[in-house]
Amino acid sequence: MTETVNPAEVPQFPGARAARCPFDPPPALHALQEQGPLAKVKVWDGSTPWLVTRYEEQRALLADPRVSADVTRPGYPRSAPVVSRNGSAISFILMDDPEHARLRRMVQAPFTVRRIETLRPAVQKIVDGLIDDMLAGPSPVDLVEAFALPVPSLVICELLGVPYADHEFFQDNSKILIRRAADPEERAAAFARLVGYLDDLVGQKLDHPGEDLLSRLAERIRTGELTRPEAARMGVLLLVAGHETTANMIALGTLALLEHPDQLDLLRRTDDPKLIAGAVEELLRYLNITHSGRRRVALEDIEIGGQVIRAGDGLILANDIANRDPAAFPDPDRLDLRRDARRHVAFGFGVHQCLGQPLARMELQVAYGTLYRRVPTLRLATELERIPFKHDGQVYGVYELPVAW
Amino acid sequence: MKIVIDQDRCIASGQCVSAVGEVFDQRDEDGVVVLLDPTPPADLAVAVRQAAAVCPARAIHVEE
Repeated sequence: MTETVNPAEVPQFPGARAARCPFDPPPALHALQEQGPLAKVKVWDGSTPWLVTRYEEQRALLADPRVSADVTRPGYPRSAPVVSRNGSAISFILMDDPEHARLRRMVQAPFTVRRIETLRPAVQKIVDGLIDDMLAGPSPVDLVEAFALPVPSLVICELLGVPYADHEFFQDNSKILIRRAADPEERAAAFARLVGYLDDLVGQKLDHPGEDLLSRLAERIRTGELTRPEAARMGVLLLVAGHETTANMIALGTLALLEHPDQLDLLRRTDDPKLIAGAVEELLRYLNITHSGRRRVALEDIEIGGQVIRAGDGLILANDIANRDPAAFPDPDRLDLRRDARRHVAFGFGVHQCLGQPLARMELQVAYGTLYRRVPTLRLATELERIPFKHDGQVYGVYELPVAW
Repeated sequence: MKIVIDQDRCIASGQCVSAVGEVFDQRDEDGVVVLLDPTPPADLAVAVRQAAAVCPARAIHVEE
């Protein structure tokens, strides 16, 4: 079943987006998806993992126990070079059960739908306060700095018990950590600085526990359920994942809406929570900012989509293109805030699906549901061609977004 | 309609609670799914099927 592949014909991954379509996945991904659910691609180190492009096969594989997320296994397709292949994983996102479940379950409690809902008034206050400040200041302004980045940063700091006064430190190091092109040593150094910072904070919580998530982790250290390095690494994961992703969704979502005025108008004129919640799901599907793909390695031979994945083969599950699969979403390249997009895989699928998704959803509902209503004249203060997109980021978005009103 | 859940598989994505909060809840201590109503009324059937379809851990089984 395995065919001999001519390396010269294997397409490179990741490919480039089309210059005039900054919201669409690279055209090469569309072409591969049309050809079939799986294809071999060539990545940065010359290896040729499978790229899974279609929605159904992607969900099946992400939920398959024969597929591993363990970054230390041979064949795991890393997205960038690392200094040492022997280092342990950042945390449970790169581990398999039972270790994954043991660690993840320790931090699930604050992210339940009902618990997150109790934070909505506080998030609304943060959003309103930032909009007040923005409107009182000069126009144009960079929406990333003034709004998109502070909203989730303030929220995750509150939830974790991290002082927001340190935001420049952790935002700068997060940026290095998730830049595709970052030098491996530079990335390792940024990670070490963040681990050291979180380790200090966990130490403080051991002495003076509060009501926050880091204090809960400190309590687990005290009971012997968790080691201090495990707690510090989990803290880094939650801090980075907790602000970078949502910040990019707020800024890129705003740009996408400004480029689709009829869709923006729907949000500007509504306070219907159902419509706003649906709009968030559609923007998650359409923009799919985690554009580097979910990475896995096969533990056994797996027959799927007319191919045989061999044990030890690397897998890249490109969720951006799966969310544009016409078999799953009719007219997939159209941004349609009224469609039911809840089946999207923007948060992944399987046991590793995003832990913070109820928080991300609520933050985005408040941000999108408030900004355009309160600033109805919001407009782009430059041309689309001049916007710096994060083509080099593990997470897609814009570096800055000059807006006026 | 009869619903069976698997709490060992659950990863607390909370999507079932968002889809149909009358039928599903989450444990306070770790977010794991709790079944409030194993035989929900017919008018919730569509939402329950949606909850099962979006469950990333495939921890919700619906017997018609």
